[in-house]
Amino acid sequence: MKYSVNSVWENKDAYDVAVIGAGHAGCEAALAAARLGMRTIVFTVSMESVAMMPCNPNIGGTSKGHLVKEVDALGGEMGKVIDRTFIQSKMLNRSKGPAVHSLRAQADKQEYSKTMRMVLENQPGLDLKQAEVADILTEDGKVSGVQIVSGGIYRCKAVILCTGTYLNARCIYGDVSIETGPNGLQAATWLSDCMERLGIRMYRFKTGTPARIDRRSIDFSKMEEQKGDEKITPFSFTTDPESIQKEQVSCWLTYTNETTHEIIRKNLDRSPLFSGAIEGTGPRYCPSIEDKVVKFADKNRHQVFIEPEGESTNEMYIGGMSSSLPEDVQYEMYRSVPGLEHAKIVRNAYAIEYDCIDARQLYPTLEFRKVEGLYSAGQFNGSSGYEEAAAQGLIAGINAAQKILGREELVLDRSQAYIGVLIDDLVTKESHEPYRMMTSRAEYRLLLRQDNADQRLTKIGHDIGLISDERYEKLLEKEKIIASEIERVEHTHVGTSEKVQNLLKEYGSTPLNSGVTLADLIRRPELHYELLAPIDENRPQIPEEAAEQVDINIKYDGYIKRQMRQVEQFKKMEKKKIPEDIDYHDVKSLRIEAVQKLSEQRPVSIGQASRISGVSPADISVLLVYLESIKKD
Amino acid sequence: MKVTETIAAISTAMSDSGIGIVRISGPEAFEIADRIYKGKKKLSGEPSHTVHYGWIKDGENTIDEVLVLLMRGPHSYTGEDTVEIDCHGGVYVVRKILETVLKYGARAAEPGEFTKRAFLNGRMDLSQAEAVIDVIHSKNEYALKNSVSQLKGSIQRQISSMREEILYHTAYIESALDDPEHISLDGYGDTLVEKIEELLKKLKKLIDTADNGRMMQEGIRTVIVGKPNAGKSSLLNALVGEERAIVTEIEGTTRDILEEHIQLNGVSLNIMDTAGIRRTEDVVEKIGVDRAKNQAEDADLIIFVVDASRNLDENDFEIMDMIQDKQVIVLLNKSDLETLVTKEMIREHLDKTMIEISAKEEEGIYELEQKVKEMFFQGEIAFNDEVYITNVRQKEALESAYASLKQVKRSIEDGMPEDFYTIDLMDAYEALGSITGETIGEDLVNEIFSKFCMGK
Repeated sequence: MKYSVNSVWENKDAYDVAVIGAGHAGCEAALAAARLGMRTIVFTVSMESVAMMPCNPNIGGTSKGHLVKEVDALGGEMGKVIDRTFIQSKMLNRSKGPAVHSLRAQADKQEYSKTMRMVLENQPGLDLKQAEVADILTEDGKVSGVQIVSGGIYRCKAVILCTGTYLNARCIYGDVSIETGPNGLQAATWLSDCMERLGIRMYRFKTGTPARIDRRSIDFSKMEEQKGDEKITPFSFTTDPESIQKEQVSCWLTYTNETTHEIIRKNLDRSPLFSGAIEGTGPRYCPSIEDKVVKFADKNRHQVFIEPEGESTNEMYIGGMSSSLPEDVQYEMYRSVPGLEHAKIVRNAYAIEYDCIDARQLYPTLEFRKVEGLYSAGQFNGSSGYEEAAAQGLIAGINAAQKILGREELVLDRSQAYIGVLIDDLVTKESHEPYRMMTSRAEYRLLLRQDNADQRLTKIGHDIGLISDERYEKLLEKEKIIASEIERVEHTHVGTSEKVQNLLKEYGSTPLNSGVTLADLIRRPELHYELLAPIDENRPQIPEEAAEQVDINIKYDGYIKRQMRQVEQFKKMEKKKIPEDIDYHDVKSLRIEAVQKLSEQRPVSIGQASRISGVSPADISVLLVYLESIKKD
Repeated sequence: MKVTETIAAISTAMSDSGIGIVRISGPEAFEIADRIYKGKKKLSGEPSHTVHYGWIKDGENTIDEVLVLLMRGPHSYTGEDTVEIDCHGGVYVVRKILETVLKYGARAAEPGEFTKRAFLNGRMDLSQAEAVIDVIHSKNEYALKNSVSQLKGSIQRQISSMREEILYHTAYIESALDDPEHISLDGYGDTLVEKIEELLKKLKKLIDTADNGRMMQEGIRTVIVGKPNAGKSSLLNALVGEERAIVTEIEGTTRDILEEHIQLNGVSLNIMDTAGIRRTEDVVEKIGVDRAKNQAEDADLIIFVVDASRNLDENDFEIMDMIQDKQVIVLLNKSDLETLVTKEMIREHLDKTMIEISAKEEEGIYELEQKVKEMFFQGEIAFNDEVYITNVRQKEALESAYASLKQVKRSIEDGMPEDFYTIDLMDAYEALGSITGETIGEDLVNEIFSKFCMGK
């Protein structure tokens, strides 16, 4: 149904960019656009839900922490806000390789939301507006404005859709099904029809969240305490680590048991997931507890993490036990877990279904192929997670602005950033579940570390105009220090003096027979740069984060160089662009399946084409020859 | 696409002809040639379009006396630096030289890759583009069909099970990396080393198998056709020397295709017995007949068995129509019985070599063997070199998987972090997949989700 009202009126303020939705994608999109000089307006169904975290109370985690760091390195906001509002912080995977170290912080949800909202409110050129957008206006296939439910028309040059899980949202537990967005907030109902009218293919996805339980009803003595890191690492490269060392709150670990599982199994017939009441496709990586019990029947317990939602609330998040079972079963189930025997549920667990798009309809810039000036980001694109949303929001905001300014749009490739992997996967691969970032999705992950996000991306952010000269110069200085220190260490010789042998012995390292370089010693698994300070007399004073880079670059240089060679090959294929107007039916000898897939997805480069399932290496060869032949024509 | 790598292939037909040429193309062509060529001068210092006399050596081992032709890019077929090694021919020597070239740094060329490079480097004009595409297309189709279908079933199963194991362990490590609070890797390195050692042993065995050429059903694709009960299976039995095919008096007994690998006077035949070709309503038999027709179409040599004791009928005529353009030997079988069909009667429809035999009494088999040998040495029939090339590629893939797993073992022993193992594990997985024709796609992510319970 097309939206129509009697009282159509036109708002007189001139805007360049309208952002629909003020979640994590919307906030980054709006800030980026406004900071690039766009007159920007953000529509939200509720001012109380700006940068809301409707599910887990944390930011970061494996691979998601990388995304936050990258957003920060490009000039985004998420890292700065979490640095100001976290209540516990932990570097995950510290015992493993540097590429999979991932930062995760427990957030004070309300503080996070309030802080981000203040950043938006204080951003020059950015207006916030509480209203539901009902229609997107187009002229000649190009965005011309939006219309809100009151009939008001706001003219603009670009629209960024960041509707998250609100579109036609439905929350379900047991046989209760209510048409609301997350946390009982009003759903957005009109835009799905608008999408259909614009010819956009939609999916229906599902996700879920566990119950929140009153802290006072939990017996923590039956749980294991989970503390934060002793030394806190910030997310933002602009945050001084010293400024954020503080008292942290704890999380708690407990387990489900056979009784819990029995309760769930007994009530499966009452679960909307198994009865068929939920049609949407849920994510495999964050299954509901009933899914886990069914799929991993041989496991006799599952972990349950109890995480505080903030410092000014008693609500605790029950990580690992999301569910859509009826409320009475939820009580029984949670109360079977040690420490939760007397649990009082503040908010029920529920599943939520929502409309999203098949993101293969987007260019890698996140602009719709079909509608010029229309962009989309976040969960609406079929992803999941706050960090994935923020990353896309930032890119959509940048590109909406760049296009209006007549500048080159930003597409990060898979060798530059997790953001590149994320967006490339979304716009290239067919997906039937919400997409979550994982380190295993990044084929060049040794290069895409969280510790070097600034070296990878801050120059780009500076070129675009989101990073100040001062911040950029600081980075250049850091890079210079790293380079000269690596050079020095590679050429500093260590003899077989007693001091050296003693140090080696101290760390269980084989004594030297003849002289080696310091770099050779750093490459030994049991040693690292810092440890060698006593035998490195001419070592200059360098900042800790520079020392870390020296260590990693020397220690893993074999693997790093190998990946860099692979990246070279990869880049060649990315650079081979495919003309927009190519008709794949003209390409003789392409297999029929390849013609179909390529015609449907219209990849922008040979590289992207090669990642489409159903397109074989032989098809790529054929395509290369064809492209060459039309170029010569 | 690996455009910058140096590739090599045999560019002459794979038969015992007088000369064999191995061609190397790419930026390292000269360096690789220098590593194996022993002559008066270093090749890399010599001008383009010159010929050099010398020997090809693998270390201390002399392989053959050769002439080497040098062409510097862009003045070569591919537009890249190119070296052609002309040797004395003979299947064995040419192969050995190619293997040496690969050992010293080149990669086996993909189907149609020389042509593709020539085109992309501007060495062909536009009008040839379609032809180039066709070459790539048909060669790939063929190679794909071969690499999978010609792989022996037992080897395919071994490779698949190795891949499953590799994927499982990779997925385990990856799920622990993605969800460290749910899945622990403590002590996993030790378990993995044991597994890797087992896998390395298995791979070593397979590589030896490949060395002996036992991985592929290599040889001249020979298909026996004829109407039902013409004596095809008896012929196969006579050639193979054991009761492999079922021989009965009932028409339509062989409903599937039997395959045997035999050596006739040093000529390698991959010989297939097929269901009798006739019009039939029987569904099962019809499948067999269709398959037989397909096989005949792909064959390098067809042995058409005619039952000389029965009059020619519509089934015989249909077969003769089908094989007009093929290399064919016609056998007039059942010479032990009263013959109703003469050579002249057949020649009216099909002008090919004919031999009278009795498969049952094993008469005329010698003449058949002689004829096959003659056709081979006169070059009328040849090995399909793609089969051999596929074998080379597969061996390369096995070796690369082996090297990757070795690296995993080294990483574990060196105390490298777990996330480094998976890089090499996945390389091994991919290499093995290239043998069985499988790509990676979303395998890893799917395995992670299906085998391991991820949190939140």
